[in-house]
Amino acid sequence: MFQFESLAAFIAMGGHGPYVWISYAVTLLTLIWLVIAPIRGRRRLLKNLSHQSRSAVTSGEERS
Amino acid sequence: MARFPEWFHRLGAPKTFYSMTGKWLPWLAGAAAILLCVGTVWGLGFAPQDAKQGNSFRIIYIHVPAAFLALAGYYVMAVAGAVGLIWKMKLAHMVLKAAAPLGAALTFVALFTGALWGKPTWGTYWVWDARITSMLVLFFLYLGVIALHYAYSSTEAASKASAVLALVGTANIPIIYKSVDWWYTLHQPATIKLTQAPSMHPDMFKPLLVMIAGFYCFYALVLLMGTRTEILHRERRTRWVADLAKTGY
Amino acid sequence: MAAVSPERSAFSAIVIRDLTLAFRHRGEIANPLIFFVMVATLIPLGVTPEARQLAEIAPGIIWVMALLATLLSTETLFLSDFRDGSLEQMALSSESLWVLVLAKILVHWLISGLPLTLLSPLLGVMLSLPAEGFLTMVASLALGTAALSLIGAIGAALTVAIPRGGLLLSLIVMPLYMPVLIFGASAVQQAVDGMAVGGALAVLGALLAFSLLISPFAAAGALRVSLHG
Repeated sequence: MFQFESLAAFIAMGGHGPYVWISYAVTLLTLIWLVIAPIRGRRRLLKNLSHQSRSAVTSGEERS
Repeated sequence: MARFPEWFHRLGAPKTFYSMTGKWLPWLAGAAAILLCVGTVWGLGFAPQDAKQGNSFRIIYIHVPAAFLALAGYYVMAVAGAVGLIWKMKLAHMVLKAAAPLGAALTFVALFTGALWGKPTWGTYWVWDARITSMLVLFFLYLGVIALHYAYSSTEAASKASAVLALVGTANIPIIYKSVDWWYTLHQPATIKLTQAPSMHPDMFKPLLVMIAGFYCFYALVLLMGTRTEILHRERRTRWVADLAKTGY
Repeated sequence: MAAVSPERSAFSAIVIRDLTLAFRHRGEIANPLIFFVMVATLIPLGVTPEARQLAEIAPGIIWVMALLATLLSTETLFLSDFRDGSLEQMALSSESLWVLVLAKILVHWLISGLPLTLLSPLLGVMLSLPAEGFLTMVASLALGTAALSLIGAIGAALTVAIPRGGLLLSLIVMPLYMPVLIFGASAVQQAVDGMAVGGALAVLGALLAFSLLISPFAAAGALRVSLHG
């Protein structure tokens, strides 16, 4: 059973709205950051590596 | 040297671990997303409101799971450190590296939501209660491990040093908790005792269980992702990582 | 005369050597003590010169300052031996490293914790600590600073190889100091309030014993990491 009579009441949370919603928002942002950080780190690393390998191949060709 | 079953050794090889856990990630991500969404909607909208605290009580659905994992995360980190030091297992050091910022972030969430819960409920953002103070000390312990890890330029030394620190911290956590608890009973201020577990109605408790399960899945997911990125970083000069970089994934 | 065991002789050799070295650089011993007294001067200036209010916060303030002063001197615990390579030789010697580490910690306490303890009655007077607190303050500081030296040694060993590791040392060691601070300051407070102090002092002793059990090994392990990566 939905505990609130209207959407406005849901957002107001009986006067505790700001506390509840800021808590959930900060938690959500933290969790998102936690997921994104390793993904970005991995992507950057793979990108660097593929650049390196390509430049290693070209420099090898120049030498031969 | 202790003997381990074969699967342990295979899983201990970074490459095997990487390809094996790659298959687990979508499942974990799906489970975490579903559990967290269901738990949040249930907890925010459908759980009955607390008779005394009103709706601020709904913060419990993120506060308690985060606090749970903040503490469990320190033990994960310490166990990884011990395995890395004793059996010289490189993978364990990578797990430690991934567990430190994850645990610190969850400790931060627990502290932050606790403060916001405290304001409407007890009229103040912060009290020097035994559990809150211990949580703050736990946060400092995490920061110490992270700072020490970053201070070393050699990955090997950084891993070992932070493993030692994590282990020393683990030996201290019960002592710190006990002494802070004793200190608090000594100075017990005239506020409502926070240590009382609120008697929870099953309708309030069920979404909490869902959220705790969701946070556990989330923790496992992020820990695996962090460890995998760390594996790629430390093995970047190997053949298999180079091949991986060429194919894209 | 009974033959002295090799551990014992190495232990006393380090103690004598470090004490001699410390005595040559007397200024370095004095610095934390001067810090201790100077901060005690800041408290009345910053808070209140009123004796009754000072007396109320004196036990905690004195303990916090003793903790910070100990922290200041902890950085140097292994630093000079690390820089001139004698630590490397100690690690390679046939002695167990933890015995040598324990000797160095003992000397550290003798030149930092012990003088702080002996100086503390002066601070008690400056901050109008009630007379009932003095004896307990000295006893708790004697036990407590020894535990602080032992715990700090782990941090010093972990950060010795890091350039400008002093601040980092404070960050990683301070959370571990907290139980000692709690029981040390509480013991003095209880003495001032006229309560029995045996319990808090006993816990301080237990903390000292526990750190004695763990710290030399952890610090020796950490030193090996600092030396060899």
